[in-house]
Amino acid sequence: MNKRLVLWVLAGVLALAAAIWLLQGLPDGQARAFVLKLRTERLVGLLLVGISTGMATILFQTVAANRVLTPQIMGFDALYMLMQTLLVAAFGIAGFAGLPAGVKFTGEVAVMVLLAAALFGTLLGQGVRDIPRTILTGVILGILFRSLNTFVGRVLDPNEFAVVQQASFASFSKIDAALLPAAGALTLIGAAAAMLMASRLDVLGLGRDPAVSLGLHHRRVVLAALAIVALLVSVSTALIGPVTFFGLIVAGLTHGLTHSACHRVLLPASAMIAAITLILGQTVFERVLGQAAFLSVVIEFAGGLFFLLLLIKGRIR
Amino acid sequence: MIRISGLSHRIGKSAILHDISADLPKGKLTALIGPNGAGKSTLLRLIGRLEPLQSGSVTLDGADLSRTPTDQLALRMAVLGQQTAIASRLRLRELVGFGRWPHHKGRPRPRDLEVVNQALAAFSLDDLADRFIDEISGGQAQRAYLAMTVAQETDWLLLDEPLNNLDMAHARSLMARLGELVRVGGKSVVTVIHEVNYAAAWADHVVAMKQGRIVAQGSPYEVLTSETLSMLYDTPVGVGSHRGRPLVLHHV
Ligand SMILES: Nc1ncnc2c1ncn2[C@@H]1O[C@H](COP(=O)(O)OP(=O)(O)O)[C@@H](O)[C@H]1O
Ligand SMILES: [Mg+2]
Repeated sequence: MNKRLVLWVLAGVLALAAAIWLLQGLPDGQARAFVLKLRTERLVGLLLVGISTGMATILFQTVAANRVLTPQIMGFDALYMLMQTLLVAAFGIAGFAGLPAGVKFTGEVAVMVLLAAALFGTLLGQGVRDIPRTILTGVILGILFRSLNTFVGRVLDPNEFAVVQQASFASFSKIDAALLPAAGALTLIGAAAAMLMASRLDVLGLGRDPAVSLGLHHRRVVLAALAIVALLVSVSTALIGPVTFFGLIVAGLTHGLTHSACHRVLLPASAMIAAITLILGQTVFERVLGQAAFLSVVIEFAGGLFFLLLLIKGRIR
Repeated sequence: MIRISGLSHRIGKSAILHDISADLPKGKLTALIGPNGAGKSTLLRLIGRLEPLQSGSVTLDGADLSRTPTDQLALRMAVLGQQTAIASRLRLRELVGFGRWPHHKGRPRPRDLEVVNQALAAFSLDDLADRFIDEISGGQAQRAYLAMTVAQETDWLLLDEPLNNLDMAHARSLMARLGELVRVGGKSVVTVIHEVNYAAAWADHVVAMKQGRIVAQGSPYEVLTSETLSMLYDTPVGVGSHRGRPLVLHHV
């Protein structure tokens, strides 16, 4: 299919999904405005999560030159949560939770971007040569961050820990509306930066040697891409908590639908595919199945199966 | 001219290159020969700034490699490494198109498409242009990488064993094309060559390396002698002559 056409079709489906989400079964009378406001807030949240998860995964896979890894598999979200806990530990609830949500969140994201660029820049600077070892390293890093998180949590007093722990479960239905303005601004910055880099990302995707030969500032582009990934993962982790495999499904669908290596197509397509999945999934789970199951659980399960499938079929590049 | 002075290189504890100095002439086809592990690829990668220089210096037509911005270098030299594995899933035409990236930085103009078509035609890849690179043979892929390198339209071409995977006919036609780029196009080519007879037949200048050192350099007649080659490869090698060029008899 024509690549531009794919984008337009996705945009159409996304608009349709958003309309269904907003308008289906809207009550009459006084409740109407209230329900519509709630739904709009959550729609914006799901859109932001979709954009950030989709783009972060595509960016990360380009840096890692690999289609099995996601930032979450490599422990980005665990790093974000650890950093949150450390900030609470350092400044206490009063200093921390007392801050306006937007300010606190932006500060956290800034720290996260620096940490992730330093850490994963060293790990992935040359591109991934030994994929199994990199996956293992990532899984171990993830476990390390999670255990450190629990450890610091235990050292904290219970009240402080409760503040942190709230954030460590994935849920698509408890999006904190107070975070939306800051999350929106950060997502837009990240998405715009990624789109501006699209052509350099295409070159990066060739692998290190050809990229250097073509005059790409390889290290600079890798670090910039990882910083954007860190920013986007922070946004989605702050909004819905950690989800490990969702990005993998999105990236798989994106490559399957676009058959393109061009980031001007891949990035927006992945964002829209992720948003459509979340919005339609959430509509079905809340309104048809009446929350009989959680979308996050189902997506994680499907994503996990997809991950295994990729590994078993040896399609790890 | 590429001027290499006092170049040494280590990987971990092992010294790979020892204090190498050499001038690679401009407007010539230079062949880099030597046994496996001599350090040919390492030297080529250092000149092509695929690895950072540890000590010594390299200048490219007077410009110091470590002080010239990498994107400007990409307009002056194109490097094709020995092991090319492209990570993205690309069609041949897209791959060759990347050769133009240093010129257009993501916004191809008509001239860029023209050059890509010429490069595809020059390596007889027209029919394969819309295939994916992981769906063609090794030799066809090698030709695609070469087409991409040539499409970069640089004064200097650095190639590491470009004859890899090529059959007789394509190998000869590649050497002829490189010769033409040098003589007609005014380009300079530096290429690692595994099979010395291709160096004997086509090169203007030969550099022989062994154990991280240059052991001989000069015209094919000066370097490709029975004595030098026997020493270089630690095996008796006879040298005859064919159409006024050395003919190396290493296979009998
Ligand atoms: N990553 C590495 N670690 C250690 N030694 C290496 C590495 N890469 C290459 N070498 C060694 O460097 C030497 C030169 O290698 P190379 O330049 O590839 O040789 P050539 O291309 O002439 O066959 C060889 O002895 C090789 O074993
Ligand atoms: Mg070699």
